[in-house]
Amino acid sequence: MSNHSFMEQPVSDWMRGTGPDSDIVISSRIRIARNLNGLPFPLLATNQQSAESLSRLTKVTESPDFSQLGHFQAISLTELTDMERQVLVEKHLISPNLANESRNGGLLLKDDESVSIMLNEEDHLRIQCLYPGLQIHEAWNEASRIDDVFEAQVDYAFDEKRGYLTSCPTNVGTGIRASVMMHLPALVLTQQINRILQAVAQVGLAVRGLYGEGSEATGNLFQVSNQITLGQSESEIIDNLYGVVKQIIEHEKSAREQLIQQSNTRLTDRICRSYGILKHAVVIDSKEASQRLSDIRLGSDLEMLKDVTGTALNELLVMTQPGFLQHIYKKPMSADERDIYRARLIRDTLGNKRDIAE
Amino acid sequence: MMCQQCGQKSATLHFTKIINGEKTEFHICESCARDKGELIPGAPNGFSIHNLLSGLLDFDMTNGSSQLQSGLYGIKSTQEVMRCDHCGLTFSQFSKMGRFGCDACYKSFASRLDPLLKRVHGNIVHVGKIPKRNGIVMQRKRELIALREKLQLSIQQEQFETAAQLRDEIRKIEQDLSGEAEAK
Repeated sequence: MSNHSFMEQPVSDWMRGTGPDSDIVISSRIRIARNLNGLPFPLLATNQQSAESLSRLTKVTESPDFSQLGHFQAISLTELTDMERQVLVEKHLISPNLANESRNGGLLLKDDESVSIMLNEEDHLRIQCLYPGLQIHEAWNEASRIDDVFEAQVDYAFDEKRGYLTSCPTNVGTGIRASVMMHLPALVLTQQINRILQAVAQVGLAVRGLYGEGSEATGNLFQVSNQITLGQSESEIIDNLYGVVKQIIEHEKSAREQLIQQSNTRLTDRICRSYGILKHAVVIDSKEASQRLSDIRLGSDLEMLKDVTGTALNELLVMTQPGFLQHIYKKPMSADERDIYRARLIRDTLGNKRDIAE
Repeated sequence: MMCQQCGQKSATLHFTKIINGEKTEFHICESCARDKGELIPGAPNGFSIHNLLSGLLDFDMTNGSSQLQSGLYGIKSTQEVMRCDHCGLTFSQFSKMGRFGCDACYKSFASRLDPLLKRVHGNIVHVGKIPKRNGIVMQRKRELIALREKLQLSIQQEQFETAAQLRDEIRKIEQDLSGEAEAK
């Protein structure tokens, strides 16, 4: 096993629990897709061709302009163990596609893990900026700056009519996917969430769970992102998403108010029960863990639970995932074993180390 | 109800699959589901955007031009022959994968792309960021298009003074552009 820093530090920049509206917005992400002119896309590239695109793109990192962007670690996907790849996916630093299906795949990871640049994913180049809280414009500015550095030194596949050409027609044009991860427990509890999600879908945005495409929305976490990449400018796409997110934040806030006014005792009971269970459970599956963690996150936001921090909760979100659990305790586990170690990790993190005999 | 997989725990997950109107039900317990990987985030998922896309394209084919072409005009359907010169991907391969093989595919399959892009994005023309290095010419071309539209409008509105100004501006940009092309 290698000694990559991303394995040792559980906290990525996006998990710090800070940033604007961080009581409701966990993180903001921009991903832009670019391809090199004249080389087949990674899916059809031969080994030699994908090695070629990897070397052309890696060469950019040697330039003085690139070093202005901060310190990056260059990682080849083939040198990583399965567990290390899974941890990168769980921390949202790479896509499952890069982890499992890439050939000559590469990663340029910024030291604070706020930027990850994926090489030979579905497209030759994917630049991702992931910031804590609602900072979607900031994330775009950074991604666009990195894009400019690459564009100055390699020839992109670009067409006057279609824009940036991508492997999948759902990304063509701007190649941008902007998404915001939101925690919406009060909208779920007051059963307003479906109405809101339907409205969001009607304005051309998509809603998904914590781990993107195809994942279930567990722990009241919802990822809102743009669908359209062609025919709208980047700023239109981002402003549109930002506007919708701001509205959802207002709805969530008023739903929280409503809960406090109408059923404060029951809400407090729910939050404190979950806190008790998380502090004392010996076996807990991932679904229950994410639901309970959502409860205490709400308790922390409403200042009912004073000693639980947003950072600790974001860490737990990632650390209780299968890959990370097995990494922390340094052994492969069955699903049942994971439930036991998950409970232990949560107890330890919430400061209840002593009272259970192992 | 017991789990269909292990027969030991009670089934807590219930799937209903409907394919061509034929309904199949699964009842399994959570640990079996996890062992199968269906609940693990990031695990390859049975249904993805690419399936959806190829669905759209299939729809396009069975419903659209190919039948018309082969049926009404007696021409052999085009997508069998349509192939990207650069990477060798055929249109029917593209419609299965939902992904292009290279940048040249966009040109090779151009005649079939407008309806697809229209359906996915509601638009067919890019209006966002342009590469800086190769983009100056493109920026000017965009200006040119906008100016020509204005020119048409001012002629329709019989504002000939403005039209004359616009015409001069357009000429200047056109000259610049052809000058640059020669310099290259």
